[in-house]
Amino acid sequence: MFFSQTLETYLLIAVFLFVTGIYGMIQHRSFVGMLISAELVLNSAALNFMAFNKFTAPDPAVGQVFTLFIMGIAAAEVAIAISMVLAVYRRYRCDDPDDVHEMKH
Amino acid sequence: MLIYHYISEILFFAFIVLTFFGGILAVRSKLIIHSVLGLAVCFLGVAGLYFYLDSPFLSMMQILIYVGAICIVLVFGVMVGYTPTQIAEKHLKGKNLVLAVMSGALVFSLMTAVIFKSEFVPAAKRTGDFSMEWLGRSLLYDYCLAFELISLILLAAIVGAIILGQGGRGDN
Repeated sequence: MFFSQTLETYLLIAVFLFVTGIYGMIQHRSFVGMLISAELVLNSAALNFMAFNKFTAPDPAVGQVFTLFIMGIAAAEVAIAISMVLAVYRRYRCDDPDDVHEMKH
Repeated sequence: MLIYHYISEILFFAFIVLTFFGGILAVRSKLIIHSVLGLAVCFLGVAGLYFYLDSPFLSMMQILIYVGAICIVLVFGVMVGYTPTQIAEKHLKGKNLVLAVMSGALVFSLMTAVIFKSEFVPAAKRTGDFSMEWLGRSLLYDYCLAFELISLILLAAIVGAIILGQGGRGDN
């Protein structure tokens, strides 16, 4: 039996990535760190799609198309989020999420 | 030919180890730039896993988009926005750490239980294959609308990022 040919291996790796992302999202003290954790969560979802695509899906193209879309949305999200972080940093001079609690400076 | 199977299995575990250590480095390191490095390593590991899922095209896309674009954008964000004294993470609060570990353990145990309890049945009949030709065909025929919408989202993201990023450093 090969571990690379069983579905559960990939699902467990995806669970690990997801849990790491949640852990980092709660524990990080900066906006960029939280963004990195969000990327980990997105990537775990993509890995899950690819695993089910290989082992159970009727049409093998669907999961790959979906993963490509996840990548595109992740790229757009990072571009927007980084420019928002920069705008917040310019205005408040800090990047601790706890310190940024006023809407108007 | 069996020896090649074992070699590929060893490589598979190497990719898993790469993914794990990258993920841990991404969330545990004190410096943000090390977190970005860990993220890149983790994405490389996942790109290797995509090879074993029969999609070398997605593997290349993973390296191109995640490692080549997203990590670079994150590095730019760290370099442009942070003064050197603020690159290091501030003290990790104890309450947050306990909360993070507890929620992580809870989600992990729940999902692991779900994975091992449920039974995954393969599809009775498969249409198409894993080739790039079939992927491109379904991308441009069946999922054409979603394809166009993604380009619209990317355009909106570009315009939004430019508008948000307007103005210099001292410009409020």
